[in-house]
Amino acid sequence: MNKYLTATIKENSRINGSNNLLALYIKDTSENPVPGQFYMLEVSSSYDPLLKRPLSIFRKINNELQFLYRIKGKGTEKLQKMREGTNISIIGPLGNGYPLPSEKQIPLLIAGGVGVASIFSLAEKLDKKAYVFYGGRNKDELVMKDEIRNFAKELFISTDDGSEGEKGTVIDILNKFLDSQGSMESLVIYVCGPLPMLRAVAEVAVNKKIAGYISAEENMACGIGACLGCVIKTKHNYKRVCREGPVFSIHEIIWE
Amino acid sequence: MKLFGNNKNSSTVDLSVNIGGLKLKNPVMTASGTFGYGAEYSEFIDLNRLGAIIVKGLSYTPREGNPVPRIVETPAGMLNAIGLQNIGTEAFIKEKLPFLRKFKTPVITNFFGDSIDEFKKSAEALSSADGVHALEMNISCPNKKAGWIIFGTDPKVMGKAVSSVRKTTKLPLIVKLTPNVTDICVMAKVAEDSGADAISMINTITGMAIDIRRRTPILANVVGGLSGPAIRPVAVRMVWQAHKAVKIPIIGIGGIMTAQDALEFLIAGARGVAVGTANFVNPHATIEIIDGIEKFLIEEGVHNINDIIGSLWT
Ligand SMILES: Cc1cc2nc3c(=O)[nH]c(=O)nc-3n(C[C@H](O)[C@H](O)[C@H](O)COP(=O)(O)OP(=O)(O)OC[C@H]3O[C@@H](n4cnc5c(N)ncnc54)[C@H](O)[C@@H]3O)c2cc1C
Ligand SMILES: Cc1cc2nc3c(=O)[nH]c(=O)nc-3n(C[C@H](O)[C@H](O)[C@H](O)COP(=O)(O)O)c2cc1C
Ligand code: FES
Repeated sequence: MNKYLTATIKENSRINGSNNLLALYIKDTSENPVPGQFYMLEVSSSYDPLLKRPLSIFRKINNELQFLYRIKGKGTEKLQKMREGTNISIIGPLGNGYPLPSEKQIPLLIAGGVGVASIFSLAEKLDKKAYVFYGGRNKDELVMKDEIRNFAKELFISTDDGSEGEKGTVIDILNKFLDSQGSMESLVIYVCGPLPMLRAVAEVAVNKKIAGYISAEENMACGIGACLGCVIKTKHNYKRVCREGPVFSIHEIIWE
Repeated sequence: MKLFGNNKNSSTVDLSVNIGGLKLKNPVMTASGTFGYGAEYSEFIDLNRLGAIIVKGLSYTPREGNPVPRIVETPAGMLNAIGLQNIGTEAFIKEKLPFLRKFKTPVITNFFGDSIDEFKKSAEALSSADGVHALEMNISCPNKKAGWIIFGTDPKVMGKAVSSVRKTTKLPLIVKLTPNVTDICVMAKVAEDSGADAISMINTITGMAIDIRRRTPILANVVGGLSGPAIRPVAVRMVWQAHKAVKIPIIGIGGIMTAQDALEFLIAGARGVAVGTANFVNPHATIEIIDGIEKFLIEEGVHNINDIIGSLWT
């Protein structure tokens, strides 16, 4: 099915902090994305920036693709300035997506910052099965809390400054939860967020022997496995985040 | 260039070119390292429409490549320091060639080594494989034995490498020049005199980007190769210079995004073009460029693409 699509911006608005919601309307028939997959989006009609930017799918409703994005640099700044009605080209859905938990497994979904985009789409799919752990710098950085609460068995929140939920990091609330659990055997972790957080969650998972998946990030040029720019070190050598990932088994990654 | 006025019959436009004995249905190829091993783009475009497919650079034994970050974007371009990650000639022949043989499009294998011996071993293995139609020798890597001299920057080292490889293969041999030299014409001439059937140019231009807050280089490898529209004027100039210096055909490469860009190279003297970074931005780029060249020739009333090659008025 066609993966190189023209999309029309339907909404592009600030939610709070530096978080934005982008809704794209696509005319063509296209594949339905699964949670954890991403799209490469054109952020400028000129050659500067030249490359498309990867964003995780947040939601798809009929012919509308929604993304949550945070302003990071030149590309996302330009994206924020693009107005409704503008046509942009996009490539997707790309990557593998999260493998779903088995009937017996209890999913723990862990999101840091804008990593909530892909975690949200998974929570929605799991429908009341998952415990969700969501960390941000402060209260204003957290988005879609009420919606997540609707999809989650329970939502635990932490902020660096304590303005909402527990003061501390997502690792603190995760550890607290794990301490209250007997066996770790039926648990399965899904995590998406900044690198230091992924690393910390992976350490917990390894120490406590919990199964799990991380959604990795790396600078991308093509998004489809051709340039070899986006690799991550695994126990089976380098793997491409865009093709073999972005979701990897938490025990497969070699952290450097 | 002859101008015939508007030509109504599009079927009379002949796009085929001959690159050092290799016949192509049109001059548009894929630049090595930007098209994977072909399969990656086959879900986006019909590979049968391409002039040729040039695959990712191969070494005799597999290579792991550099640590990340390997790519960073720069104004109208990108820097890459992939570090020549590849699966090696043997795995390529076994795992990737059978897929490529299904298409009517010639396959050109880009290859490299860090010694003349390794170059020869790769060239031999690839020449005897069913489905390889030409070799593109990437001399932008360092010659370990000669003390990390880049093969493509020292005329003597390059001459020796090219003539050694020449003896090992009957396939058309294309030498890919690096722009990181003082006089590109000297290198083009060395390639021709050492037995190359064609040259391709340019490879990436060495560049660097710095994280000003951390005061560190952004790429793990510190420096990388610049590609994309930012390098096109440099590439066009070099193709034009080399075209005057040598008789063998030239494949023009560097920042080609559109048919107009490709036509600049053809008019400057390139007989073929290869599209690189544009594939990342637009997976349909090669096809749009082929169609665009054809449309341009119809508009200009040019029946044969060879009439436009090297047609620059100065
Ligand atoms: C699979 C995947 C899914 C993603 N999903 C989302 C999402 O849903 N929402 C969202 O806001 N962001 C997401 N990102 C991150 C997003 O792609 C980057 O923030 C964006 O490309 C930065 O572009 P820029 O031009 O604004 O920044 P640049 O000017 O290119 O860089 C600014 C800073 O951002 C860093 N950066 C650049 N590219 C990336 C990258 N790919 N990942 C992380 N940091 C990067 C640079 O190192 C630099 O420090 C995702 C990344 C990947 C790989
Ligand atoms: C990610 C990447 C990988 C590349 N790998 C190779 C390679 O393996 N061998 C080679 O000869 N050139 C390689 N190149 C150089 C390209 O083939 C081409 O010469 C260069 O990018 C300029 O063209 P462009 O501006 O159209 O990309 C690579 C370029 C890029 C961007
Ligand atoms: S972004 Fe090109 S291989 Fe992953």
